[in-house]
Amino acid sequence: MNNVFVYCEIEDGQVAEVSLELLTKGRTLANELACSLEAIAVGHNLEGVAAQVIPYGVDTLYLADDKRLYPYQTLPHTSVVVKLFREKEPQIALLGATSIGRDLGPRVSSALNSGLTADCTSLEIGTHFDRRANKNYESLLYQIRPAFGGNIIATIINPDHRPQMATVREGVMKKSILDPKYKGKVVQLNVADYVDDSDFVVEIIERHIEKSRLNIKGAPIIVAGGYGVGSKENFNLLFELAEVLGGEVGASRAAIDAGYVDSARQIGQTGITVRPKLYIACGISGQIQHRAGMEQSAQIIAINTDPEAPINSIADYVITGSITDIIPKMIKYYKKNTK
Amino acid sequence: MKAYSIIVLAKQVPDTRNVGKDAMKADGTVNRAALPAIFNPEDLNALEQALRIKDRYPGTTVKILTMGPVRAAEVIREGLYRGADGGILLTDRAFAGSDTLATSYALSQAIKKMGKTDLIIAGRQAIDGDTAQVGPQVAEKLNMLQITYVEEVAELKNDTIILKRRLDRGVETVKCKLPLVMTVNGTAPECRVRNAKLLMQYKRARTITELQRENEDYTHLYNERSDLNIAEWTVNDIETDSSQLGLTGSPTKVKTIVNVVLQAKDSKVISDSDADIENMMIELIDSHVIG
Repeated sequence: MNNVFVYCEIEDGQVAEVSLELLTKGRTLANELACSLEAIAVGHNLEGVAAQVIPYGVDTLYLADDKRLYPYQTLPHTSVVVKLFREKEPQIALLGATSIGRDLGPRVSSALNSGLTADCTSLEIGTHFDRRANKNYESLLYQIRPAFGGNIIATIINPDHRPQMATVREGVMKKSILDPKYKGKVVQLNVADYVDDSDFVVEIIERHIEKSRLNIKGAPIIVAGGYGVGSKENFNLLFELAEVLGGEVGASRAAIDAGYVDSARQIGQTGITVRPKLYIACGISGQIQHRAGMEQSAQIIAINTDPEAPINSIADYVITGSITDIIPKMIKYYKKNTK
Repeated sequence: MKAYSIIVLAKQVPDTRNVGKDAMKADGTVNRAALPAIFNPEDLNALEQALRIKDRYPGTTVKILTMGPVRAAEVIREGLYRGADGGILLTDRAFAGSDTLATSYALSQAIKKMGKTDLIIAGRQAIDGDTAQVGPQVAEKLNMLQITYVEEVAELKNDTIILKRRLDRGVETVKCKLPLVMTVNGTAPECRVRNAKLLMQYKRARTITELQRENEDYTHLYNERSDLNIAEWTVNDIETDSSQLGLTGSPTKVKTIVNVVLQAKDSKVISDSDADIENMMIELIDSHVIG
């Protein structure tokens, strides 16, 4: 009872990366709280899920397996999770900040009248003293996230409502297997007890999910552009540099809003979090929302026309000038010195 | 042909997208008051979807519901200029400090009061919080189906709708029945611009509090032109359980807020000269960062 729960997302029998990252974090939180880590997977053909998740330290895995439960649909998945949470009363529930988690999380939190914090960048256990009520709270979940366009960092707590719910983007937490031989229990839920036929009101006519996504997360070198790149055409220079160096192209939200590149390349709090060996930021001013997704890069080069750009303060190399001038020079001198 | 009754949920937000130098305080933190208040971008995408249905099905009504301070009536005027039929401003100190759940509760109680609705359309998320929670939570409070991340209404026939959704890694087309709450992605078509004729027609549309503040005598105008009255609802105009409102009704509390102040790191500042760029590339190659 009152354990830490992780909702595991499944695509074609595979548990999503973000769910494994959350299980890793969930295990740490459960250890601190001296409670169990539990996981729920909802879908179809879930035989392989236990082997994928239990090594992360899952004590109990609940499976709701029914062919109508895959692909994901809002109402039936909400019904399963809400009912299970009412029975098990978890103190903490974590979901990926994905298309699924951001659809399911708020619905579940509303049904349970519990608090949900989106896109957390850090989760910690801490205490809280409520002066007005003169009440002390032990072991609350600190849900830490940038807000207000990333200009502030807020710590959110849910003192009186359970579960304390949070979503986290893929790549923000690190995944690590606790013990390949970890002993966890698997509980098959009787699906008919958890969903109602009236939950199945959506017909999925067509569904296309890309398997091989851009591998920006795994790229050792990232050439990223911001609004300052100026145009779609200028972005071609970034693609050229990335290709020469063997890297990938990323972008800030401003560049995506301006339509320079596809949103799949967005780096930052509401995009992908990356930790490459080298991050080349071109025409990126460096709001914290963007920095949250890249500041752990080993080396950072900032190229900006504005010598006062905030990103310069976290860069190893600061170059003031125009990318149309500087990038061709970088390509030229890279080629010259690697021959 | 069927006509639909549509509510668009819209929020006035500070424009956090491009925080310029004039919005920065001397200590390196943001001066929130200096940011312009705008129509939340994805709510404009939502409004466009509603207006497209209205274009196709004459007789359809599009009403905007917004919660916020009195100045948020501006989003209703913006909606009127683009083709909405009216709007309601939900404003009361009782709503102050609402988190997404308390906001969703207040909105859903207002929606119940607004009468029979076929479609509730909202932007996926607001740029000041990026939570994407209010749409689904309103749907849950109203016990309605939700379809999130909509990019296009592919078909609408009587009570059956086909929607194209944009997911993190793909697309999905779904078919379901109205009534429905849908949230619209920023990748959906942009909202049409203001219509000059509508702008002339509605530029004096005001809520009662705005009129009182302006202290000008337009009374005769408002008595003749009821379309210039923007409805303003307080907590007393809707049925509510006070334990679910505002700060009290918000399960999440802000414990601390830290303003982000930039921390400087030892940076090498180099010029864009050939020599400097070449030296940098050689250093990176020698230290095996690249190459």
